[in-house]
Amino acid sequence: MDDWVCYERMVLIRCFEEAVERLFSEGRIMGTAHVCIGQEAVAVGIAAALKPGDALTSTHRGHGHFLAVGADPGRMMAEMFGKATGYSRGRGGSQMMADTALGFYGANGITAGSMAFACGLALEAQQRRTGRVVVCIIGDGAANEGLFHESLNLAALWCLPLVVVCENNRYAMSTPVAAGLANTRLAERGAAYGIPGCAVDGNVVADVRAAVETALTRARAGSGPSLVECETYRLSGHSKGDPRIYRSTAEEADAWQREPIRRLEAQMLAAPGSDPARFAACRTRAEQAIAAAIRFAEASPAPDPATVTEGVFAPD
Amino acid sequence: MKTFTLAIRETLAAEMRRDPAVFLMGEDIGAYGGAFGVTQGLLAEFGPGRVRDTPISEQALVGTAIGAAAAGLRPVVEIMFMDFITLAVDQLANLAAKLHYIYQIPCPLVVRAPTGGGRGYGATHSQTLERLFTGIPGLRIAAPSDAADASGLLQTAMRGANPVLFLEHKLLYPLRWKLGEKLPPPVPFGHARITHSGDRVTLIAWSYMAHLCLAAAHQLAAAGINAEVVDLRTLAPLDTETLVAAARKTGRVLIVEEGPVTGGFGAEIATRIFEAAYDSLDAPIRRLAGPDCPIPASKVLEAACIPSIAAIVAAARELAESTN
Ligand SMILES: Cc1ncc(C[n+]2csc(CCOP(=O)(O)OP(=O)(O)O)c2C)c(N)n1
Ligand SMILES: [Mg+2]
Repeated sequence: MDDWVCYERMVLIRCFEEAVERLFSEGRIMGTAHVCIGQEAVAVGIAAALKPGDALTSTHRGHGHFLAVGADPGRMMAEMFGKATGYSRGRGGSQMMADTALGFYGANGITAGSMAFACGLALEAQQRRTGRVVVCIIGDGAANEGLFHESLNLAALWCLPLVVVCENNRYAMSTPVAAGLANTRLAERGAAYGIPGCAVDGNVVADVRAAVETALTRARAGSGPSLVECETYRLSGHSKGDPRIYRSTAEEADAWQREPIRRLEAQMLAAPGSDPARFAACRTRAEQAIAAAIRFAEASPAPDPATVTEGVFAPD
Repeated sequence: MKTFTLAIRETLAAEMRRDPAVFLMGEDIGAYGGAFGVTQGLLAEFGPGRVRDTPISEQALVGTAIGAAAAGLRPVVEIMFMDFITLAVDQLANLAAKLHYIYQIPCPLVVRAPTGGGRGYGATHSQTLERLFTGIPGLRIAAPSDAADASGLLQTAMRGANPVLFLEHKLLYPLRWKLGEKLPPPVPFGHARITHSGDRVTLIAWSYMAHLCLAAAHQLAAAGINAEVVDLRTLAPLDTETLVAAARKTGRVLIVEEGPVTGGFGAEIATRIFEAAYDSLDAPIRRLAGPDCPIPASKVLEAACIPSIAAIVAAARELAESTN
């Protein structure tokens, strides 16, 4: 993925998330969703570092992660609309989509709930020597679950090919990191398990990519897991309908100054021979793609209620 | 003659020889052989890659097994005492049980768990907690009452494509049954077994209580009361058809369950029978279960919490002789 591909993916994610917020406010989709506006560089930086065959696990805030590895926005949007053509045939909703063909083993509605699961994917890779590395994305709030500690300990103990990327977006719902973590320097927790822990600017896609690549290389060499903390900011509310009364508009305005898409744009514009019109065209293309995704979703059939109990078990 | 323990161990070993994707995970299952000795000797044959000692991290070890299963391996996890499965309920309920329904990812996982009281281990090492899982679609639950079923159900569990909770009652481990050299055949899930035939009263149970019901039936027969004994074998799937037929046959049903009576699986069984065979019942369905209290350690107190053969015989007798 070169800068342009990264840029395009980030803009696509932004447009998808803006559309999700709009669709909720218009009452066209139901349930809930957690959007990742402001965090696009983390998703795309990780995706840029992955090799074919690698695996990724995600969180409740997973649309960006999934789009970054190449998910079809139409099928994602259909899932948001609860349609039969959605990634989970309308059964998963915003927080539960997967496509193992893309190495994407699913978002998870349970905070930190994928961490041990990711260890298991990594264990399979280790036992069968497939060369796969598993990247497990979590939030800063998830780092306070017991499973975080159990999983990092196990991964380190067994030297599993795992990279845990913590998206530190400063908040877990309304709880700022300082109110949730006794030591807010999250990356330092790596030391507790004798594994590398590093913090990067999560709003700089190249920095995320470089840090994750280093961790992937280490894991692929058999040297075990790493913890990568990406410092970013959740520009939107926690989920739809979050009034954000726990933080100031000044703080948000300040964070907007550092949002990742404009930063990448500025950096690319500074390069000799760059064409400013290309950025606007990219945004238009992304908007068209999302509009097409919404049309596909709306035109798709609803799942048949008669099928609701099908597939609880896999065929033995 | 083989013990319940040996039947399970031989089945694990045979499946591991047959399928390189099978491996074991659990606390102290390697050199130590597991808290109840079930995995003794397996480390020597299969090595530490396939007989994996884990840290005391029930949530992570179950979650890791789920991930490995989703990636195509066949993990068999041992939870040292079923009481400790509470620490891993999230992973089973929110992940394993939903992987196929939501994502269409099969999860061929077996979680073995020693259950039950009777050994004075106290409130946190004596529970039968299948009731925590019977209301979670997506999980299968097997609860054998003898060595042949232990092997047969375990084979089915280990060859299937779904998460299975496999209950091993601690009091069954040392008991012996006649079993040949070869493994008994696999036992399909969802087929209850009539272990004793009778027409006066129907006893329904699973796991160790099914073993006790069979002993009770022998005593009852000596007293001229023929009991039909149904061993569920699996709670999920539940063989409602066999239950209902057995209830219709005698018109008098006694459900025997270890663990507190309130919220027990016996309530589900009673309801199913009532819904399907109300018109064939000659007496109210009875439940014999533990009182609603934690299981105390003292022998006499513990005994007051767990149905005994004598209590089953007395309850069955009373039910068989009741007129309405
Ligand atoms: C086990 C569990 N507890 C609580 C919640 C409710 N919840 C959903 S997301 C969230 C905040 C998570 O914060 P963080 O891990 O920082 O991720 P972010 O939302 O910032 O992406 C909470 C409390 C949940 N889904 N699962
Ligand atoms: Mg957060």
